[in-house]
Amino acid sequence: MSSVLDQKTSTCYHCGELCEDETLQYNSLTFCCNGCKSVYELLSENNLCDYYSIDNTPGINQKKPVLSNQFNYLDDEQVQQKLISYRDKEMTKVTFFIPVMHCSSCIWLLESLYKIKKGIASSKVNFLKKEVSITFINEQLSLREVVELLTSLGYEPAINLSNIEDEIKHKDSKKILYQMGVAGFCFGNIMLISFPEYFGLDAFTQSSFSKLFGYLNMALSLPVFLYSSRDYFINAFKGLRKKHISIDVPLALGILVLFVRSAYEVISETGIGYFDTHAGLVFFLLIGKWFQQKTFDTLSFERDYKSYFPVAVTAVKNGVEATVPVTNLKVGDRIIIRNNELIPADAILLQGSASIDFSFVTGESNPVSKVAGEIIYAGGRQVGSTIELEITKNVSQSYLTQLWNSEHFSKDTQSRIQTFQQTVSKYFTLALLLIATSAGIYWSIVNPALIWRAVTAVLIIACPCALALSSPFALGTAMRILGRHKFYIKSPEVVEQIAKTNTIVFDKTGTITQPDEAHITYIGDALSPKTREAVAALAANSVHPLSKKIKKHLNAPSNEQVIAYEEINGKGLSGIINGTTIKLGSFDFIFPGQDAIKMSAENPDLLATRVYIEIDGRVPGFFQLQHAYRNGLRELIAALKPHYDLHLLSGDNESEKHKLADFFGNTTQLHFRQSPSNKLHYIEQLRAQNKQVMMLGDGLNDAGALKAAHTGVSITENTAHFSPSSDVIMDACKFEKMFNFIRFSKDTVKVIHMSFVISLIYNIIGLSFAVQGTLSPLIAAILMPLSSVTVIGFTTIATTLFSKQRNLS
Amino acid sequence: MSIMYLLIGCSLTLALFFLGAFIWSVKSGQLDDDYTPSVRILFDNKPAPPENSEHVKAKARKT
Repeated sequence: MSSVLDQKTSTCYHCGELCEDETLQYNSLTFCCNGCKSVYELLSENNLCDYYSIDNTPGINQKKPVLSNQFNYLDDEQVQQKLISYRDKEMTKVTFFIPVMHCSSCIWLLESLYKIKKGIASSKVNFLKKEVSITFINEQLSLREVVELLTSLGYEPAINLSNIEDEIKHKDSKKILYQMGVAGFCFGNIMLISFPEYFGLDAFTQSSFSKLFGYLNMALSLPVFLYSSRDYFINAFKGLRKKHISIDVPLALGILVLFVRSAYEVISETGIGYFDTHAGLVFFLLIGKWFQQKTFDTLSFERDYKSYFPVAVTAVKNGVEATVPVTNLKVGDRIIIRNNELIPADAILLQGSASIDFSFVTGESNPVSKVAGEIIYAGGRQVGSTIELEITKNVSQSYLTQLWNSEHFSKDTQSRIQTFQQTVSKYFTLALLLIATSAGIYWSIVNPALIWRAVTAVLIIACPCALALSSPFALGTAMRILGRHKFYIKSPEVVEQIAKTNTIVFDKTGTITQPDEAHITYIGDALSPKTREAVAALAANSVHPLSKKIKKHLNAPSNEQVIAYEEINGKGLSGIINGTTIKLGSFDFIFPGQDAIKMSAENPDLLATRVYIEIDGRVPGFFQLQHAYRNGLRELIAALKPHYDLHLLSGDNESEKHKLADFFGNTTQLHFRQSPSNKLHYIEQLRAQNKQVMMLGDGLNDAGALKAAHTGVSITENTAHFSPSSDVIMDACKFEKMFNFIRFSKDTVKVIHMSFVISLIYNIIGLSFAVQGTLSPLIAAILMPLSSVTVIGFTTIATTLFSKQRNLS
Repeated sequence: MSIMYLLIGCSLTLALFFLGAFIWSVKSGQLDDDYTPSVRILFDNKPAPPENSEHVKAKARKT
């Protein structure tokens, strides 16, 4: 008994996980598996044990074995070309994305690679992007060996088609920094030069200075006007061409009028102009834009099927095996899929016994067995022996990828969302033009000399700078707070979308259940300790996930010898232990000739996943597999129920219906046996009823529904892993906080409304000067930055306060 | 007061120099990653320690 207790409490020195199955000792340290131990050995051989002292248990669990030929495709010249960023005769430079990177020890180890392997010249980590750039010497290492080294240390790089194909986003974030730099420089200098004007020192100094200052200001404003504010003009123009008034229209108009009027005043020597306001306005606007851009450019949300598929597969041509990039696969090609490899295109099984894990596609984690001649859809993962397939459809036309090619995926996400800012700016612009014209008409009657001054002043002061800033700052702050709680939002607009939600649709498997934590219960006659050991020994022989779970459930030593062991893929196992024949398997395997599906019509319990035991022809009972629901599901549903319309769509059968009805309170909105396209249509129906739909899902089978919903939330156990393309990526451990997230989003929208009122007050004050034609450059220079700073400060503080109220600080 | 012309010229040149420095720093990638360098600076570059002393130290720290 004490040894069992010991096993439970000891954690792995390398990865920090509980040593559940076995405990290995080395240098009087404990390890949970051979993988972790060998990483430790490798590091200690190279005197790199500092790795363990920078952070506690920094390692990555190595239980998943590395396949020897997993990276053979990296020897392919075509694949290499796409990955490598620079190569000459001696050196090669390559950048990898390593999702598991998580602590300072990781940085240290990845930058010490040169100590482990000769041939690595240098390596540099970008922690925020989880990237490492490695330079290695061609003669001593190949790209494949570098990847193998990283993988053997537990830092497997994520290589897939999509990150090979695009590399554009980077330049944009730098451009805004340049624009900000220029605007900031000009703003500061113009302010400095404008000081004499502010303090009325003109009379004191000579007037020749004011002329010089005017022209200097104009010269400094030119780069702001032509370079920094360029995107506002382009966007406003683009919007107008689509007959769409965005916030960029009044902004561009304001910037343009500011510059033209100021230039006119300087050239005609009637004043010094509003150049300081002009540069300041652009500078503040760019800060807002930059802030918006900076939140989460590290997480990738635009994932399509390419992110899931491998870069290359092994193909057989004329009896010779060769590595072929997936993009080059054609109908009729024969491919070889090994254990744990993904099937890239719809194919027919030619050879071998396939046991396919479709959890990517359907969310259902138990492997499905297929026999030769059957069609296997793309996206499945082979578990077990090697199989040979013939491709029947191109990668881009497979069943799974067709879902992606449906219209929902081509739709522009930006246009889906009508934000508060967009709605308001339309009316704002119209009101602005109305005030400007009426001021113009008034002055044309009273004093025509003042028309020009009054109209331009209206356009200048009403420039919705504060309005333009309130949304990015409130939403950006909200995004960062939610991000800290592992609720990652794709774009600021999504926060507003979440706030509007009134209907929530859940997927079942993997979303409200925990994929790894299935409950196993034994139902039947009690098993003697001797039988338990025998069953555990039999189960230990199989790699099938159910066998592993049963072995873990029995928690008995599995040292008995098994003779005449036989495993029929997808059916069950049999063997002789201590003279007794034991069989473990499905209903069909134990009771051949009886149709479980027919019988299930009377007894729906038979639909549950069960593993029967047969001992010498007698069946004492079975193991029943039940999904474990996520922690806090009951409380979450109870909290959501009064406010939202809740639905459930499951790809599974009805076996858990009454249990779920208990959570949801009724059964009318629980739907089972839903295919991916069923789910998509269901969401479309809800939308057609004018509901604001939020969909929570996890697998690829939910991808269509996630995209079709107003807000798609994909739940993932590990945010570094691939999850379907969605608006939000949520870490599964925060599932219970879902309600707080939604309420906080609502608060954020409230903050935007309040800050809009604030900016409106400033505008009214400014306008009262402007319509009278008495807007002096000094008042403009004070009002503009003051309103911007108030709005930035207010939104940031208010959003943070609300997050505290919602227990999210 | 003609000294003002010179002063303005000086101040503008200096400011332009800083703008240039900023643009250079963006271009050379100094603003790409504002986290890793802060960790990197704390790593010691120790000479290789004698065999096994590391594990003992690490163990002592753990207990």
